Amino acid sequence: MNSVGESCTELKREYDQCFNRWFAEKFLKGDRGDDPCTEVFKKYQTCVQKAIKEKNIPIDNVEFMGPNKEKPGS
Amino acid sequence: MVKYFNCTGSLKATWDQVSQAFWQRYPNPYSNHVLTEDIIFREVTPDNRLLSRRLLTKISRVPRWAEKFFPSHMARKAYIIEDSVVDPQERTMVTFTWNISHARLMSVEERCVYTGSLDNSNLTEVKREAWISSNLYGFSRAVQEFGLARFKSSIVKTMKGFEYVLAKMQGETPTRTLAETATEKARETALAAKEKAKDLASQAQKKQYV
Repeated sequence: MNSVGESCTELKREYDQCFNRWFAEKFLKGDRGDDPCTEVFKKYQTCVQKAIKEKNIPIDNVEFMGPNKEKPGS
Repeated sequence: MVKYFNCTGSLKATWDQVSQAFWQRYPNPYSNHVLTEDIIFREVTPDNRLLSRRLLTKISRVPRWAEKFFPSHMARKAYIIEDSVVDPQERTMVTFTWNISHARLMSVEERCVYTGSLDNSNLTEVKREAWISSNLYGFSRAVQEFGLARFKSSIVKTMKGFEYVLAKMQGETPTRTLAETATEKARETALAAKEKAKDLASQAQKKQYV
């Protein structure tokens, strides 16, 4: 899948591959050893955060798990 | 006013498989409207839960009557944020998804809980809730109704896409038929042609006034 920053897609692919393996083989099994994806994640983030700024995508100050947790109906 | 909707569904796979497929959902043959996908935040908490934020760019389709409310240069792209918490001890995954663009016109917030079922380990339950609202004066009801209808039809695609990815991960040939693929392709092509025609028409109109 493409990244929002055209030049980040290759880094994203590399990271996804690393993450998917880590998720299945370590995380789901409760293995809390070193995360082998840290380095590539950092590189990928530098690239994608720059792209987000350039495109003025409004992601700042957005609270984790939603803008409003008090919901009718739930 | 907010429109509320909820439903429950299930996926024929273990919770482990579903949580893995969740990160490999795109692209799939039912996700042609998803253009980009990025992880923009990720952290493992001390109690071993995985927190992630994904940013998606989607093509949003609006009905003809709503087109005049969209500035034409940004009309068809929407940015979506999807936050999630994966808890492997409890065998639950909670996601919260909402649009950060066009939110005054229409805001769709969705919460999903994926739980491994107790009686049948090869089944994962999906509880889905949605809140749809609009601040468009005089039109909010119509926009909400449209939003709800579109949301409901998108659930079918989401679940089919999920099943497709799960089948692929398990090394099966996905069950999507060739006829289905052809119909979908034809629909996408028709839509693209329609958009192109609209662009040309509006350019032609502009030229007339120059």
